[in-house]
Amino acid sequence: MSDHSETAVLADEPVPPPTEASEIAAEELEEGSSLWRDAWQRLRRNKLALASLFIFLAICLFCVAGPWFSPYNADAQDLFLGAVGPSWAHPFGTDTLGRDLMVRVMEGGRISLLVGLVATMVALLIGVMYGAVAGYLGGKVDSAMMRFVDLLYALPFTIFVILLMVAFGRSLWLIFVAIGAIEWLTTARIVRSGVLGLKKQEFVEAANSLGFSHMRIIVRHLIPNVLGPVIVVATLTVPAVMLLEAFLSFLGLGVQPPDASWGVLINEGQQNMEIFPWMLIFPAFFFALTLFCLNFLGDGLRDALDPKSAKD
Amino acid sequence: MALLEVSDLRTSFHTRGGVVRAVDGVSFTLDKGETLGIVGESGSGKSVTCYSLMKLIPEPPGRIESGTAFFDGQDLLQMSPKQLRKIRGNRISMIFQDPMTSLNPYLRISTQLIEALRIHTNIDKKAALKKAIEALEEVGIPGAAQRVNQYPHEFSGGMRQRVMIAMALITEPDLLIADEPTTALDVTVQAQILDIIKERQNRLGTAVILVTHDLGVVAGTCDKVNVMYGGKLMESGTAEQVFYNAIHPYTRSLQKTIPSLQAKGENLYTIAGLPPDVSKPIHGCAFYPRCPYPKTGAPEGDRPQLVDAGDGHCFADCRFCDSSAPIETVLPQKDAGDLAGEELA
Repeated sequence: MSDHSETAVLADEPVPPPTEASEIAAEELEEGSSLWRDAWQRLRRNKLALASLFIFLAICLFCVAGPWFSPYNADAQDLFLGAVGPSWAHPFGTDTLGRDLMVRVMEGGRISLLVGLVATMVALLIGVMYGAVAGYLGGKVDSAMMRFVDLLYALPFTIFVILLMVAFGRSLWLIFVAIGAIEWLTTARIVRSGVLGLKKQEFVEAANSLGFSHMRIIVRHLIPNVLGPVIVVATLTVPAVMLLEAFLSFLGLGVQPPDASWGVLINEGQQNMEIFPWMLIFPAFFFALTLFCLNFLGDGLRDALDPKSAKD
Repeated sequence: MALLEVSDLRTSFHTRGGVVRAVDGVSFTLDKGETLGIVGESGSGKSVTCYSLMKLIPEPPGRIESGTAFFDGQDLLQMSPKQLRKIRGNRISMIFQDPMTSLNPYLRISTQLIEALRIHTNIDKKAALKKAIEALEEVGIPGAAQRVNQYPHEFSGGMRQRVMIAMALITEPDLLIADEPTTALDVTVQAQILDIIKERQNRLGTAVILVTHDLGVVAGTCDKVNVMYGGKLMESGTAEQVFYNAIHPYTRSLQKTIPSLQAKGENLYTIAGLPPDVSKPIHGCAFYPRCPYPKTGAPEGDRPQLVDAGDGHCFADCRFCDSSAPIETVLPQKDAGDLAGEELA
């Protein structure tokens, strides 16, 4: 072994006895995927992201568990009551049909969050795999795969959804499919361009020279390297998906009355904005708060996933 | 039997500008524990030769046109991707030129070191990690037990190249291909890296193919030397033969370019002209247009074949220049007279 090594670099780091340290290292390794565990360690140090995570979880809990504790039913009308402002009995007020707005915001949140998260997940899963495979294989396969993406881009979204509805009937799952099928295209393009740049780097060649399979190289070596931009896209996709859902509902293709989603509630509120402002304020507040949280969280997650951003 | 027997290897790239014959009929053998240096200018086909052996040439546009490469009795060039994956990283490993990009920035050093080991051997994680730490210690990384959990960006260039060496050798391969392992490093670190490769080689009995354009490196570390130019071997033999009894004008010109062998204050010697465009047919000796020796005829016909000048010292017998003319080579010439005689014969 050569002893003219760069010891100076390490001078300021305490060096515990090696045996002990190797045990620690082994233990740490047992816990599995170091990428995500490290990311969590780094995320915990980001106050804003952590706060966002908790607020977001609180909103989820509020929407999921809330209706069970409310004395009102989301579609129980009270036409004699009509629209009244916030009070002890109805903290968020009621809508024009006398329905309790708090329960409706909770119920709407269930659907909006579900659509937002599930459709985004679907979009990411398809988009990341598709883009990574296209970029990695390159050449004619890549061209063919990306032309297919262009084709789907060119498809008018509304007509696509209407066709789906006509063929399969109306259901919430179809909304996931329809939105997921549109949103993955952007992800695929971003991942592909990232992978195209990365695969020229020597660590991919090194992985090849070490006898790793293509699948392993894509999943273990390439995808983690493009997660940064993907996370940013994901945080932008969630609100986009929620808005799309609201748009579909507005057209009568999405969630139908008496069911509600935040998009539907905001739309109703916007129509009565001048007379019954609370009908807009409460759903819009929750919608905006969720999007804020997701954006901060996404930002924090992107930093956390990049080992170079670590200050330790 | 030799560990590696390459014969008539031809690799081309089919580009829009034509067929680039990057490697055009290269043959050599390598025994266990030996070090083979491949030298030549940029674009002479050194790296492509190595990549072809591992079948790491991107296809298309690249294509291995012909040839065999028997590694321990099996032809590497005929193997299925699955068979190859079992050999790569296990019995043949590779070190790359740029240590800054050859480690995955998103994975800890430990993860990357262990990955190859776990794929090729039935070893549990704990034992693999222990081995990874040992491997780092062996390449001279202080505090290996802590360093193993760090990320590549926390290592300097020289350190990363050590990690690469540790990674390549962790499975104790029979053959290590080092593609310009010191080019991207500064001179003091270069020497360390070569020492480490040498030391590990002695310990493990690994055969090494060292690709470089630094003749000094070759002289210090290699048993055998292949001099490449325009995709062909120009001269091959033991390091001593090629260094002290260089026959081919190209080898001699290369020697003249070694800066430390030149008088101080003089302009550095360069070989005039450019390397040949291998996408166009080459007639006669590829070095002819740049050859510093008096020319005796116009180049024609096929490119000259390697001929044995005795004791396995081969050179491409060009016959288009008068290399018996006085040579102002700066290296001590052992038998200048004999040489000239041999070449004329």
